[in-house]
Amino acid sequence: MKPHYESPFIQKLNAGMLNKFGSRTEYIPVKHIDNVPVAELMDTFGSPLFVISEKTIRQTYQKALKTFKMRYPKVQFAWSYKTNYLDAVCRVFHQEGSWAEVVSRFEYEKAIHNGVPGNLIVFNGPDKSKEDLKLAVANGSLIHIDHFDELYMLIELMEQIKDKTARVAIRVNMDTGVYPQWDRFGFNYESGQAYNAITKIIAQEKLQLEGLHCHIGTYMLTANAYAVAARKLCELAASFQNATGNSIKYLDMGGGFCSSNTLKGSYLQGIDIVPTFDDYAEAITNTILQFGFKPNELPLLILETGRALIDNAGYVLGTVLATKRLSNNRRATISDIGVNILFTSFWYNHRISPAQDFTHHAEETALYGPLCMNIDCLRESIVLPLLKKGDHIVVHEVGAYNMTQWMQFITLRPNVVMIDMNGKPHLIRKSETLDTIVENEIVPEHLL
Amino acid sequence: MKIRKNIAISENGFIFNPLTGDSFSINETGVAILQQLKDGVKSEDIVIFMMNEYEIDKHSAEKDLTDYLSMLKSYQLTENE
Ligand SMILES: Cc1ncc(COP(=O)(O)O)c(C=O)c1O
Repeated sequence: MKPHYESPFIQKLNAGMLNKFGSRTEYIPVKHIDNVPVAELMDTFGSPLFVISEKTIRQTYQKALKTFKMRYPKVQFAWSYKTNYLDAVCRVFHQEGSWAEVVSRFEYEKAIHNGVPGNLIVFNGPDKSKEDLKLAVANGSLIHIDHFDELYMLIELMEQIKDKTARVAIRVNMDTGVYPQWDRFGFNYESGQAYNAITKIIAQEKLQLEGLHCHIGTYMLTANAYAVAARKLCELAASFQNATGNSIKYLDMGGGFCSSNTLKGSYLQGIDIVPTFDDYAEAITNTILQFGFKPNELPLLILETGRALIDNAGYVLGTVLATKRLSNNRRATISDIGVNILFTSFWYNHRISPAQDFTHHAEETALYGPLCMNIDCLRESIVLPLLKKGDHIVVHEVGAYNMTQWMQFITLRPNVVMIDMNGKPHLIRKSETLDTIVENEIVPEHLL
Repeated sequence: MKIRKNIAISENGFIFNPLTGDSFSINETGVAILQQLKDGVKSEDIVIFMMNEYEIDKHSAEKDLTDYLSMLKSYQLTENE
């Protein structure tokens, strides 16, 4: 038999850089996901292909819940729909006990469609119409008011609704010492706006202030920001209690915990610098426990964690379409995974592994997607083993925001499969076809 | 294309270019092709050599050889003919 072929390869050895370029890379091939062969998945479901591990979702969720419950008696997660609202994914979270956190009518209806009882839906966001509010009131959902226009709209609406109260919270924005400060959503704490909103709500018979909400940012690298935020919500809860004699039922700390992805421009690997669930839990629960609530009046702690619960459960598999040399002789590799389906490549340097065995030679390459657009670059520079047309790659930690923010642009969106607890793959979203797209188009008669 | 005469190639894939002081690492296929070039074998014949030695089709061999030769040239390992 002829020896295994590897493309001829030459690499200049730079003193001091042997580890980085000359020798073995740190990567090992990823040939299986949850024991299912990657090659088999791609044979059956095509390329590119999103793969979600149900096992990883459940393990991560249980770990996060345990981390908080160890420290605080009343903890409730509400699954952030925008992070990944594929029905199968949402249902795994709901089975685990998660409520739903939605930010639009569409997401609200999706939660209902997934069997979430209305009173376990947290309705966030600046865009709720009168009709949306009416529905939320009828279902007893938790309405998180974002601005005074919404508050007044709700007050007017409640004048027309008999025998019902609206269960509400306000979203609060604040200075947590982190730059940039997110102040476009909710009512500001420092200016007194948040307390004004609370006062206005207290004066409404049919509005019941049940909670206080914040979402201080996303991919928060300092756990201490949550301690600051929790403290400010506790202060507001205390003011409410002083004014009314009633206690606040819940504090919702929003999302924002980091996944272990590496941010673009960061010199250090994400996994080495991001706070752990323990760090966040410690900051939040210590603050609330030490604030001085009476034991029977401790508020429920709601968390809307998104990316940290799903990123590591998602993979996208792709195929090398071509390799070429750029004008300066740098290697360029083109795969079928474009930024249209991998939106997060704008923020992250995703970890990428080959899906087959390789020799110890590695090469620095730019990694492009298939779109005929200059922006379509997954990694400006990555060291990979020698890849050739037809080879497969695995992109890691893509579970958050890709399967919702992906764009139908130039190509169609691919299949998504979920590998169940027994290692069986299930198609959970079919790839789009020409029909998917033209179905919603209408050609005027004179152009037919 | 010819390889400079004074280039030293070790069997385990290290090359030294006394002209520039650079050293390089090459893989097995790379060593084999370099040896052919040293022996003065023409590109067309190297493609045939590759097809005989390895499990590879003509187009892939040609493509890989072109790429490899361009790298040798950019590293000034070749002689102007
Ligand atoms: C109100 C709200 N809650 C939760 C989340 C989830 O955030 P993350 O994925 O950073 O945990 C978001 C995301 O933007 C959000 O806007």
